[in-house]
Amino acid sequence: MDDATAVAQARAGDSEAFRLLVERHSRALFKLAYRMTGNEHDAEDVVQEAFLKAYRSLDSFEERSQVSSWLYRIASNCAFDVLRRRQRRDNPTDSLDVEDAPELAAATPGPHRLALGGDVRRSLEAALETMSARERAAFVLRHFEGRSVKEIELALGLDTTAVKQSVCRAVRKARQVLRPLAGTVS
Amino acid sequence: MSHVSEDDLVLLHYCEDAGEDAGAHVASCEECAARLRALAETLSLATAPDAPERGDDYGAQVWARLRPQLGLPELALESPKLVPFRRPLWPRAAAFAALAAALVLAFLLGRRFPAEPQPLSAEVRERVLLVAVGEHLERSQMVLVELANAPAGEVMNVAAQRTVADELVSSGRLYREAAVRTGDPALAAVLEELERVLLEVAAGPEALQPADLEKLQQRIESRGLLFKVRVVGTRVRERETQRLPRPVTTS
Repeated sequence: MDDATAVAQARAGDSEAFRLLVERHSRALFKLAYRMTGNEHDAEDVVQEAFLKAYRSLDSFEERSQVSSWLYRIASNCAFDVLRRRQRRDNPTDSLDVEDAPELAAATPGPHRLALGGDVRRSLEAALETMSARERAAFVLRHFEGRSVKEIELALGLDTTAVKQSVCRAVRKARQVLRPLAGTVS
Repeated sequence: MSHVSEDDLVLLHYCEDAGEDAGAHVASCEECAARLRALAETLSLATAPDAPERGDDYGAQVWARLRPQLGLPELALESPKLVPFRRPLWPRAAAFAALAAALVLAFLLGRRFPAEPQPLSAEVRERVLLVAVGEHLERSQMVLVELANAPAGEVMNVAAQRTVADELVSSGRLYREAAVRTGDPALAAVLEELERVLLEVAAGPEALQPADLEKLQQRIESRGLLFKVRVVGTRVRERETQRLPRPVTTS
């Protein structure tokens, strides 16, 4: 049974058809969620939440769309929610729309020290930690997942300008950390 | 034209729209072209983090966790041999588990706030706890027996056991906490050991492969878990009986 048929049957009340979709797409969504949240437990929650939302919005699925893209969008949005909640929890005074992290990154010596230590992976993780929820989500989707700005707009519910700004800010932060390593790592 | 901004270079790097002139400028400006190459070189270091591996049965696990949230009915059984295990027990056990959890919670609250007026005496609360734990151990024992006696070398459908194990994990934690609070470390230890195995069953695949089943059986056997559960269950039942109110005699 292909994905589109499975969605159609799930809409008609066939839970086994929906089960097929869950079994088919869970691993891919987990990978995406892990990249976005950087946390295994959060990624598990995202997968669960994404399928729950998908099930509840089966009727809004447009038949001309790809099921995998639809699920991907829902999961991205759920992961973005997790990042925003985390940001709100860790920085309760921040407004969600205020992208104030460049200053924060500049004032944080940790990533630089890590970069000079030659640990690319840890440096990148540290850089991701300095990004706002929006920056991180946009960067992961653009850089790691290869999604276009248009696709990111749809996934995160942001406009073009916001997505472009977020990607650019995130890249600045990543570069700040990675630049010392460029040329020293083959 | 002045040189291309950093942000436009980023957009060009990702083949996104950076304005009509930006691309043309980079094509004709060696300095900006070098900046774009440097950007690409730096960003090439940023590779995606490796996500922890998830097995082929991961989707089935997600589905098992998701199913109750979707309000779907219980899983249909594929193996007729499991019917006697599940059908007669399930409705009664589910209702009992809910009642027992509520009663144990009341028991714990009673312990935590002893100065508050209590509708139940300590003796009654203890008996309620004993009944609940006894039922919990009995149900757990049935799951363990099913697993321990399953034929080796065959794939076992554990859908029914998983559902029960999932419930038992939640209620078991509550009882374990109660056992710790009431100063019964032996019971708490068995409940903890039991919880680990039940958790493994609850979080595991629906179709248990022969190798996994063998591991689980070895784990149950090597630690004498079934025996421990039986012993503790018997002890709990005895204590429960001792707590029964004395029959009223009319002679």
